[in-house]
Amino acid sequence: MENPYMPYPVRIDDIEIATEDKSLKTFKFVFLNEGDEEKFAYHAGQFAELSIPGVGEIPIGIASSPVEKGFVKFTVFKTGVVTSHLHNMKVGDIMGLRGPLGNWYPWDKLENKNVVIIGGGFAFTTLRSSIIYMLDPANRSKFKNIDVVYGARSPGMLLYRDELFEWEKRNDINMHITVDSTDDPSWKYHTGFVPQIVEQNAPKADQDTYAIICGPPIMIKFTQPSLTQLGYKPHQIIMSLENRMKCGIGMCGRCNIGKELVCKDGPVFTLDEINQTPKEY
Amino acid sequence: MKFITIDKKNWTKGIDKSRGTYRLFGPVKDKNWCMIKELDGDILPDMEYNESVMSAKSVLFPQSETILNTSLNESVEDHHIMKRAKNDYTARAVLGIRPYDAKAIQLVKMNFDTKEYKDPYWCDAYEATTFVGMAITKPGPFDFSTSVDSGPFCEEGLDILLADLDDSFIAKILTPKGESFAAACGFDSTIDDKESQALFDILRKEAEKNINCRVETDKLKEKNLLDLHGASFWDDLAFSCINCGTCTYVCPTCWCFDIQDEAKLKESSRFRNWDTCMSPLFTRHATGHNPRGVKVQRVRQRFMHKLKYFLDKYDQGIMCVGCGRCVKSCPVNIDIREVCHTMNTYEKKD
Amino acid sequence: MDTCIKKIRELSAELLEKGEVQKVIGFAQGTIPMATSPIAIESKQDTEKLVFNSTCGLNLANYASKQKGKVAIIAKGCDSRNIVTHIVENQIQRDQIYIIGVPCTGMVDKSKIATLFEDEITGFTEDGNTLRVTSSSREEILKKQDYLRENCLYCTHKNPILYDVLATELVEEQMLEKPFPDVDRIEALDTDAKWQHFENLTKNCIRCYACRNACPLCYCPTCFVDEAGPQWVGKGQNKTDVNTFHYLRAFHCAGRCTDCGACVEACPMGINVRDFTRKLNKDALELFGWEAGLDITKRPPLDAYSPEDPDDFIK
Repeated sequence: MENPYMPYPVRIDDIEIATEDKSLKTFKFVFLNEGDEEKFAYHAGQFAELSIPGVGEIPIGIASSPVEKGFVKFTVFKTGVVTSHLHNMKVGDIMGLRGPLGNWYPWDKLENKNVVIIGGGFAFTTLRSSIIYMLDPANRSKFKNIDVVYGARSPGMLLYRDELFEWEKRNDINMHITVDSTDDPSWKYHTGFVPQIVEQNAPKADQDTYAIICGPPIMIKFTQPSLTQLGYKPHQIIMSLENRMKCGIGMCGRCNIGKELVCKDGPVFTLDEINQTPKEY
Repeated sequence: MKFITIDKKNWTKGIDKSRGTYRLFGPVKDKNWCMIKELDGDILPDMEYNESVMSAKSVLFPQSETILNTSLNESVEDHHIMKRAKNDYTARAVLGIRPYDAKAIQLVKMNFDTKEYKDPYWCDAYEATTFVGMAITKPGPFDFSTSVDSGPFCEEGLDILLADLDDSFIAKILTPKGESFAAACGFDSTIDDKESQALFDILRKEAEKNINCRVETDKLKEKNLLDLHGASFWDDLAFSCINCGTCTYVCPTCWCFDIQDEAKLKESSRFRNWDTCMSPLFTRHATGHNPRGVKVQRVRQRFMHKLKYFLDKYDQGIMCVGCGRCVKSCPVNIDIREVCHTMNTYEKKD
Repeated sequence: MDTCIKKIRELSAELLEKGEVQKVIGFAQGTIPMATSPIAIESKQDTEKLVFNSTCGLNLANYASKQKGKVAIIAKGCDSRNIVTHIVENQIQRDQIYIIGVPCTGMVDKSKIATLFEDEITGFTEDGNTLRVTSSSREEILKKQDYLRENCLYCTHKNPILYDVLATELVEEQMLEKPFPDVDRIEALDTDAKWQHFENLTKNCIRCYACRNACPLCYCPTCFVDEAGPQWVGKGQNKTDVNTFHYLRAFHCAGRCTDCGACVEACPMGINVRDFTRKLNKDALELFGWEAGLDITKRPPLDAYSPEDPDDFIK
């Protein structure tokens, strides 16, 4: 069995500033060794440890999609020691990538279902991965209606803007883009917080509809009542949690919520499952 | 399974003979107590020790252990590419390990050796290690090992179990690993199995009789996890806690760790250190948000992990072998036996 | 000292009954011999749980300052000095705390007693100056005076400095000709031996931080060793990192330490943590004529400037 602490060596292939305040950058990595990309086969919703020798590791959701080949992409918010270091790295630099880790959105269960994707702020990375995956010509027919509610503080803080506006034009996905507020008179999408936009625009629940939520704890907290009001049952609400992690493989012991380890048994849980655990996230 | 007898006059010679093939670890007197250390040079294990302040977990899981190395020197061909640290996994034996400590290693194994992942550092060390246990004939007053599926003569996780007969040891050889170690020492005077087992049984019963603490764990399984988590007793229980890491570091079953990187000039290494759920840093997000930011949440986590989460997850008993180290070392005397009792008898009030 | 517990319980019961305080913070009997545990008592009937004896070696000052509302606290001489320090350092207001002072005859050195036995201690009782200690194999009758902790041996403030009421009569303070014989011994060593002394001191440190967390001075919201950005100290068992923790913590206590001995009491590895702080206490006394926690109106010397401050180091 391979050493689960050993990262695959990768090269930074591209760095893109993702938001107007430059607090988020999207890093595109390519694998140095042939065969590693195949070994890194992942599902939308999983995460990986970005591993910088001499600095440390951080768990980050995979923003690229399994249907995108030749690279992997991560969008990283500059906050701690490792992310600050990463933000100062340049194209061509060598680092490590360890994963894929954790579980993923329950794609088998979601087949032939309506899927509502709800995201806020910079927690849209694995949701981007999911949308690209579902919209792929090979996969689109597996899902019924797809709705996306995505909000950020301001238009400049929305991630993947070009793609959002592309999706907006398509008729096989219903986009509900929103910002908390804007003084841009040409802004033609929603204004308002995510929970409110969900309440007004997300489809009502039937037994064939599932919601995937990813966002800061406060957004998750306030979106739950909106979904409940729309008739979603706890097992139809799928959430991705973030806890402090180190090993990513269920051994170092810090990310637990009750007996579940967010890094290994999660990060994806249904609200039903989360309701069985202490709320330590 | 066979028994051999080892005349104590031959003990040192045998142990020294094994040093050719084994790195030896064992109890060494240090001031007022014992530490489990590598027996460098000709240091001999103190086989008569009462207890070691730290457990033997460090033989497989050192408090600080390098796991990966990398050169940051860009003129080196494979700079920034991590390589597994070259740790020594030649055969080692831990002499005089207490049966509860050996049992603890079996519990820790459930964490490091899983279906999905194997921790190569722990597993390689485990593979390399022969566990030569020393049965406890005079259990201390804090020993409650018989309450938790261990005991003074528990064989679980051991390759050899020694019993002290004043002038000699009787060794029960439990595994092929044990057999190899005995051979490396040149210990080969076999004795009658039936008689020896009968003697072991008598000694075991005698020792078990001297354990006066009994901790009931029978109702923990049926308790609702969230009820226990939400119980009102945690505040009182946590009041005195100073949130140091003593209980977790002296515990033979606590396995939590931290991973850190350090760079010195152009060489960097990644290593792991024991970590403790008592520290607020353990769970603090980079944003400052902390799911267990308050002391009572951390105290609760430690006991819930040991006495409920582990039990529910593995169905292999609780994550405690009854060594009593935390009871004795805790600066404010938070006593796991009492906490266990409180949890085991807890009834939710509607 | 055993007579004072009756008085402590009475006073506590009265304070709680009259609603003058929300809680009384004191010591409860532990579950093993020679162990006591800090406890917060909130009702009159629970005051029976309070104990006071020669094994109440921790310092309660930090427990009091983290409470809401007014609390009463049982304070030995050293505890009271740390309460003074807490008041001076704005950790607690004087009117938030009701101090039940206990003139102290010293706490026992538990590890020194433990070394008398080959096996574990199973019983401990005291009667005045007589300690009766038992193990499963034998019993020892000891004179408490011979088994005091080192800090208690050198203590010149057995009586509480600040209190609202006393649980027993004041005791006579000792005058020491040489208040720091332990420091003098280390000072007399040559540089190499001194270095070796401190290297040996920390060699068994497991970085559990019990010393820090038991210390009434260590209330920083984030200790420098826990700071992550920037990270000042490595987290491994590297000797330099381990020692950096001890040295810096000691310096942060300079002029504030009351030598209460809680750090040594808490250390599971038997490290005489006071070897770090005592030298600084000696310096504070010699350079500034200062002992911590004696005056509610004065800030510690390294926290205040005076033209009279020694400046011999400026060459």
